Amino acid sequence: MQPTPTLVVENLALARGDRTLFAGFSLTMAAGEVVHLTGRNGAGKTSLLETIAGLRQPESGRLSVPPPEQMHWIGHKNGLHPALSAGENLQFWCGLTGSDDGGIGAALDRLQLRAARYRPARTLSTGQKRRTALARLLLSHRLWWLLDEPLAGLDVEGTTLFAELVAAHRAAGGAILLTSHQPLPPQCGLIRHVELRA
Amino acid sequence: MSLLKALGATLLRELRLAARAPAEAAQPLLFYALVAAIFPLGVTANEPSLAKYAPAIVWIAALLASLMTLERVFRSDFDDGTLELLALAHPPLPLIVAAKLAAHWLVGGLPLALLAWPLGSGLGLSAEAAPVLAMSLLLGTPTLVLLGGFAAALTVGLPRAGLLLPILILPMLAPVLIFGAGAVRMAADGLDPSAPLYFLAALLALSATLVPFAAAAALRNALES
Repeated sequence: MQPTPTLVVENLALARGDRTLFAGFSLTMAAGEVVHLTGRNGAGKTSLLETIAGLRQPESGRLSVPPPEQMHWIGHKNGLHPALSAGENLQFWCGLTGSDDGGIGAALDRLQLRAARYRPARTLSTGQKRRTALARLLLSHRLWWLLDEPLAGLDVEGTTLFAELVAAHRAAGGAILLTSHQPLPPQCGLIRHVELRA
Repeated sequence: MSLLKALGATLLRELRLAARAPAEAAQPLLFYALVAAIFPLGVTANEPSLAKYAPAIVWIAALLASLMTLERVFRSDFDDGTLELLALAHPPLPLIVAAKLAAHWLVGGLPLALLAWPLGSGLGLSAEAAPVLAMSLLLGTPTLVLLGGFAAALTVGLPRAGLLLPILILPMLAPVLIFGAGAVRMAADGLDPSAPLYFLAALLALSATLVPFAAAAALRNALES
């Protein structure tokens, strides 16, 4: 039996300024799925994710998305203030979203960032900043993950850790829509590839 | 409850950031005090008309000092991606904007109002007028921060917004200056300053009601562009 779809995109068109990025894009996605959105540079992958997240309005088409409190967005930028430590950045995010900040230590441990907890974010490497942003996924307990280039800046170990997060989330019934120019590691499990064309 | 927690977390974060960069918070205060202190050096010693111009001197110094930090209100959040998180968070963005601006006023606006009394007295303001100067700034500086925050939100996505910001904001702040300095002049002349102070309070109520929504819309627009 097919699972009930909870993310439906129908004939979506997006534009930036007076340039149409794409038109007529459709996607149906259900909980438990991992969808890898592919396409050339400038095809509109980031804009599509931003639209699904609620940061951008489409030109036309129909969009049926899960409620915002069920979705977690990680964009190109990590959302870390350089003057705050990794722990303080996560603590602020927990306060903002009403998440329990008691799990910050465990989340950082899971991403092997224990030593970075008390260090200002400006002193962290690009990969450590990305891992800190990914640690929010473990604190949010949200069903839908929208991830824009989550592997950017991650080393081999970080990529493996991310793949473990993906596999665990899928096993728990979660869904992931992501873009990545890097190939996803096999530990991620079965992935549906969807190409975005202009 | 989670809404209050979110607003508290926003307020705490802003205050923590201000505490991490005390020099940044102190710069506008030093500028404010220096402008008020240097002004008498440009006129004749013991010039009796200095007290007449003291309200305008202190008010303009406060206005320029508050402009110094406005560009930073949303800039770092926009640059590091925090603004995206704020826009998608559970509490409505206008409330988060209000919390950020409240923190900005606590760090940058309230000290201006508290310093006004000694600065005004130093410029020769009478004992009756100096507390009115402090009161006018207490009512006026939140409006400066709110309207300045709106202008900062409008220009957050623009390069070199620091140049555009004063041109955009100074005309908007003219009524605050007129009523603020006017209240002190009336007190110095022995008149009742209540009417201009009420106008300042009305401007504050109006901007506190409207600006968070307008600034949030401008920020969303900046994220989309």
